[in-house]
Amino acid sequence: MTDPLNINTDLARRLLVGFLQEEITRVGITRAVIGLSGGIDSALSCFLAAEALGPKNVLAVRMPYRTSAPESLADAQKVIDQLGVQHLTVDITEMAEPLLQRFPEMSNVRRGNIMARTRMIVLYDQSSAFGGLVVGTSNKTEIMLGYSTLFGDSACALNPLGDLYKTQIRQLSRAMGVPASILDKAPSADLWPGQTDEKEMGLTYEGVDRLLYLLVDQRYKPEECIEAGFEAGFVNMVVERIRRNHFKRIMPPIAKVSRRTVGYDFLYLRDWGT
Amino acid sequence: MTSFNLGLAQIKTRLGDVRANLDKHLAYIDEAARQGVDVLVFPELSLTGYVLQDLVPTVAHRPTAEDPVFAELLAASKARDMDLVVGFVDEDARSRFFIAAAYVSRGEVVHVHHKVYLPTYTMFHDGRFFAWGDSVRAFDTRFGRFGVLICEDFWHVSAPYLLWLDGADVMLFSNASPGRGLSDEPRPDTARWVEHVLQAYASLFTTFVAHTNKAGYEDGFNFWGGSAVFDPDGLMLAQAPYFDEALTVSRLDLNQLHRTRYSLPLLRDERHALVAREIARITAGAAGARDKGQ
Repeated sequence: MTDPLNINTDLARRLLVGFLQEEITRVGITRAVIGLSGGIDSALSCFLAAEALGPKNVLAVRMPYRTSAPESLADAQKVIDQLGVQHLTVDITEMAEPLLQRFPEMSNVRRGNIMARTRMIVLYDQSSAFGGLVVGTSNKTEIMLGYSTLFGDSACALNPLGDLYKTQIRQLSRAMGVPASILDKAPSADLWPGQTDEKEMGLTYEGVDRLLYLLVDQRYKPEECIEAGFEAGFVNMVVERIRRNHFKRIMPPIAKVSRRTVGYDFLYLRDWGT
Repeated sequence: MTSFNLGLAQIKTRLGDVRANLDKHLAYIDEAARQGVDVLVFPELSLTGYVLQDLVPTVAHRPTAEDPVFAELLAASKARDMDLVVGFVDEDARSRFFIAAAYVSRGEVVHVHHKVYLPTYTMFHDGRFFAWGDSVRAFDTRFGRFGVLICEDFWHVSAPYLLWLDGADVMLFSNASPGRGLSDEPRPDTARWVEHVLQAYASLFTTFVAHTNKAGYEDGFNFWGGSAVFDPDGLMLAQAPYFDEALTVSRLDLNQLHRTRYSLPLLRDERHALVAREIARITAGAAGARDKGQ
């Protein structure tokens, strides 16, 4: 039996390149802006955007903070060199530092959120300056687990990767020629030294993707996942994480008082009229 | 008429912009005329786009010569001597909105089908925005007796079965099928399903089955194209590319109907009176009451 998480990378590439090409140009824009971290997700988004729009129409923005790993910057540079996209480096230390120093006792999570949101400000400013839409880099695993900063790294105009699990991101990245040093390193938000996604969440992408596939795509009940061989504590932790983080996946609810309200009965696609 | 040229117009649409979509129809009609097409089939809601939501009342038209959009389509069919199947939102006299397909020939509307099955599950919300059609009828054309169905209609075997009994030898299916189900296969899972179903109908009903799907994207939905024609032996005569816009033309040799049906007389042997009796019994009984029989 084939692995259900295996994807046909030619088909995925066709679908996602087509999505970026059509959904950006139909609103009268020809360019894209991507925050390039040196990690696999943003590298893949950059590869897809360069293929969809042409490398000269893509601006890759590197946004290191003073504690960021130097390898991150170097890996991002490899993507820039390989694709020939336009690029810019904006160090966010000077922007973030005053707020960070104002509250010296703050937790790593608060610090990480400030960095992610500072990068969002830079990206959206470049969106206006460069005349390109911000292309998202969040994958399905982190969207489901809520492993992202609301209005930070999750902020974008459109997202080509949000329906691919992390293990599928790896398959497509390999097929598209993302540099090996990016494919092989442990995924990290790089918000503090030594941080890795898997350590912070207490799971492996390999394991959690298999569980998410059953829970989300195949609509298994939690008890069916346990019957299928997953450890009960792990299943319950993931189910609870999905539920608890749902607020990050929806628009803020509006208190309905009128007869017609955005989100409930004022319903249009973004592509309205295009 | 023992054969004719069938064109499948696998187009992208602008969401809610009927004028732009009408212009694309007219351009495809011109190109199809150059290629000698006799019957040109557009996808579901080809004049409006598919995920209309609250755009529904703003894009509705009537399939009459007085309607400005249909006036142009009728004129084009007459000028080009080409029959058309176009997808649109039909608003009836009492303001019920239907997902509709009109068969147009030589400046006249020959037949209008209202989608009878409105998918309202997972990513689909048809039943929230549209009224249910309530008839499935074959109709006569200058190329023989045809039937038209829209998308979810042909996921219910009863709809093509009724067309078959009503005399349709060519079934034209218009669709706006979003691709879903990415696996290690080279086509979306949806494409595999639809192609199985089309081939099964062509084989079991020993009839021609043609399917025109949409291309392009609406927000995150991709429409996978892959429009195709199957003959009464269940063989694929032609297929459009996946995902891209295309005009795909094939010649339908209607003599294949008698060749296939002589050696495989499924139509001759079909016992529809038996079917009718059993359906009447089932509908009258407990199972019928349980299923509402709508």
